[in-house]
Amino acid sequence: MKPKFLVGGVVIAVALAYMIYAGVTQSAVYFVTPSELGGGPVAGKAYRLGGMVESGSVRWEPRTLSLTFALSDGKATVPVRHKGAPPDLFGEGRGAVVEGSWSPEGYFRATHIMAKHSEEYKAPHDTSQAGVKELMRTLSGSEK
Amino acid sequence: MIPELGAGALAVALALAVYGAAAAAVGGRTGRTSLVESAQHAALGAFVLVTACLLLLAYAFLSFDFSVRYVASNTNLGTPFYYRLTAVWGALEGSIVLWAWMLSVYTLIVVLRHRTNARELYPWVLSVMLGILAFFLLVMTVPAPVFQRLAPVPADGRGLNPLLEDSGMITHPVALYLGFTGFTVPFAFAIAALVTGRVGDAWITTTRRWTITAWYFLSLGLLIGGWWSYHVLGWGGYWAWDPVENAAFMPWLTGTAFLHSVMIQERRRMLRLWNLALVIMTFSLTLFGTFLTRSGVIASVHAFTQGSIGVFFLSFLALVLLLALALLAWRWDTLGAQGELDSVVSRESAFLLNNVLLVAAAFTVFFGTVFPLLSEAVRGVKVSVGAPFFNQVNVPLFLGLIFLMGVGPLIAWRRASVESLKRNFLAPIAVGVAAAAVFRLLGVRPTLAVLTLALTVFVAATITVDVIRATRARVRTGERFPGALGSLLLRHNRRYGGFVVHLGILVVALGVTGSQAWSVQTETTLRRGEHTDLAGYRVRFDGLAASEESNHFKVTGSFTVANGRGAGTVLQPAKKFYPQEQSPIAYVDYRLGLREDVYLVLGDFARDGSQATVRLQVNRLVSWIWIGGLILTLGTVLALVPERRRPA
Repeated sequence: MKPKFLVGGVVIAVALAYMIYAGVTQSAVYFVTPSELGGGPVAGKAYRLGGMVESGSVRWEPRTLSLTFALSDGKATVPVRHKGAPPDLFGEGRGAVVEGSWSPEGYFRATHIMAKHSEEYKAPHDTSQAGVKELMRTLSGSEK
Repeated sequence: MIPELGAGALAVALALAVYGAAAAAVGGRTGRTSLVESAQHAALGAFVLVTACLLLLAYAFLSFDFSVRYVASNTNLGTPFYYRLTAVWGALEGSIVLWAWMLSVYTLIVVLRHRTNARELYPWVLSVMLGILAFFLLVMTVPAPVFQRLAPVPADGRGLNPLLEDSGMITHPVALYLGFTGFTVPFAFAIAALVTGRVGDAWITTTRRWTITAWYFLSLGLLIGGWWSYHVLGWGGYWAWDPVENAAFMPWLTGTAFLHSVMIQERRRMLRLWNLALVIMTFSLTLFGTFLTRSGVIASVHAFTQGSIGVFFLSFLALVLLLALALLAWRWDTLGAQGELDSVVSRESAFLLNNVLLVAAAFTVFFGTVFPLLSEAVRGVKVSVGAPFFNQVNVPLFLGLIFLMGVGPLIAWRRASVESLKRNFLAPIAVGVAAAAVFRLLGVRPTLAVLTLALTVFVAATITVDVIRATRARVRTGERFPGALGSLLLRHNRRYGGFVVHLGILVVALGVTGSQAWSVQTETTLRRGEHTDLAGYRVRFDGLAASEESNHFKVTGSFTVANGRGAGTVLQPAKKFYPQEQSPIAYVDYRLGLREDVYLVLGDFARDGSQATVRLQVNRLVSWIWIGGLILTLGTVLALVPERRRPA
């Protein structure tokens, strides 16, 4: 009986190793910074690009769901395009990680945006969320 | 005052746990029962003191004691009463307190239940449990000091992470930690078995209920976690192969393997070594998961050195593995199998294959989770593998497991004859194949979904065949029909409890298949009065409203959802603005259904309320995942009630 089980075990191990190998090669995502990506982007390869959203670079067209912005690491800047609303944590001057691929037309096509949550301590009741009060007023006004 | 009391109680509890662990070990070695009794008192004392710590921490939260750093970081004056309580375990330090408290409760139950019925193993079990408790109390003292003071005392706290303001925060961590800590008991028994050399079946039969209970709470924790993710995080899914999820899933996989392989040892006296290895693996994975999620190592290999908590967990994990391996090596000669595998076509090999697939799945999840670390450490390039990797590798393994779920419980022990195979499996296979054909003709696509559904039907058919046959046998001996079924379930509750759990898993699999294969979504910007269509639903944007809640502002969108008939229902997804957060938090709204859920997430919006961007999802069959969880609960309860077989 023993050889049969041995053969079975080897078959399973080989199949598993192959599945893992194929899985890794097909779904590997490379973490890069804007300067690393600028060094030689490969079109079609999956990247995860992390950087700071440059001030003044965000353009959001609600009707077409087109979101464009630039990610920077201080040394290089990469233009990014995305189809979809900016996520909650997304904003200028904040960190963001985008997943997608390099387009031959010279921009990064993002399929996901993972905005970074800042863990730093903030003074309570800090009104740094510019305009929340004003937003409250305009919205309450529009409902009356 | 309160924090000093807490820290004091903690220090004494730590001393008691260390003393108890040593006393129980010496008592076990020398046979001096007075030492073991003294260790029992230490366990009781530790339980009382850890309970006091938990209560003092809760009191600090309820009384807004911002002089405690942990309280100030996780609550503020606006946090409602209910969430001030759940905030106790809302972050690292408090979650360790909860963990230690549960461990002290389990230790006490072990004392109460097993001090007489497992005499030889018991001192060592107690020693191991108290040793592990001591580790967690040490973590609470040094790297994650929960009662640390904050100076100067702030006027208000930072507030709880808004995502944790949810009822799931009561049940999810509690269930998950009951599962994690629950595996400590079979682990402690395994170690005790190795130390005493009583590596026979006693430790396994004694811990059967513990294992099932731990497994059940871990399953429940995972399911509630999925539910929390689904209705709080607002990305529309319940599972993302996130490292945090994987950390809980790995011990579930090996724990499930253990749950099955112990049956082979009980019945055939095989797999002794394997069972010990599995329970050691499962316990180690609960530690590893905590290390993974709490040390920051996932973000980068280099983040890990920033806090000492990672070092603590990794060192303890290394210690546990070294000791366990040394014990295994020491007892190697006694761990040989007494039974032999007779045939490839037998229940033993079906269970063995089930174990191989579960451990393989655990390994792939492990590999995928640590892959970024490996590639960063080895090649200096950070490469991750995402959900596609986990799905691609695990789906075949899970399909194999579902198939075995149908084969394992019915196939004969030792060697299955061709006749018995025909009798057991011909009808279920025919039903499964017919189901596949029907689904195909009904236009069900893709093939993977058809295959999964057909396998599910096959397994359900095997369970039906078994129940019908066993009920008939009882009816033949003179019992009436409904009573015969009832007494069958109660007299063989282990077996039929297992079947009900299998049904629960099948129902979960149905929900996962449906949601993965047939869910649809769209994202669009609507002006007030405009509508969008998806999968037979028409969603109209009716406007925005703003409101002020106790600790945040809220902007709520109103959408009317209609599917052809009737006036339709109003869904109100919102965005919540917390003063202490830099960004708003999405608040999703949905209508759940057996066939499909309508799920709305408010995206961006115009400040005058004239237009809003919304993501609309129609998620298919997701509710069955939660229903499966309920069935699983029923099955577990059935499996746990004491067997009521007539004396033979």
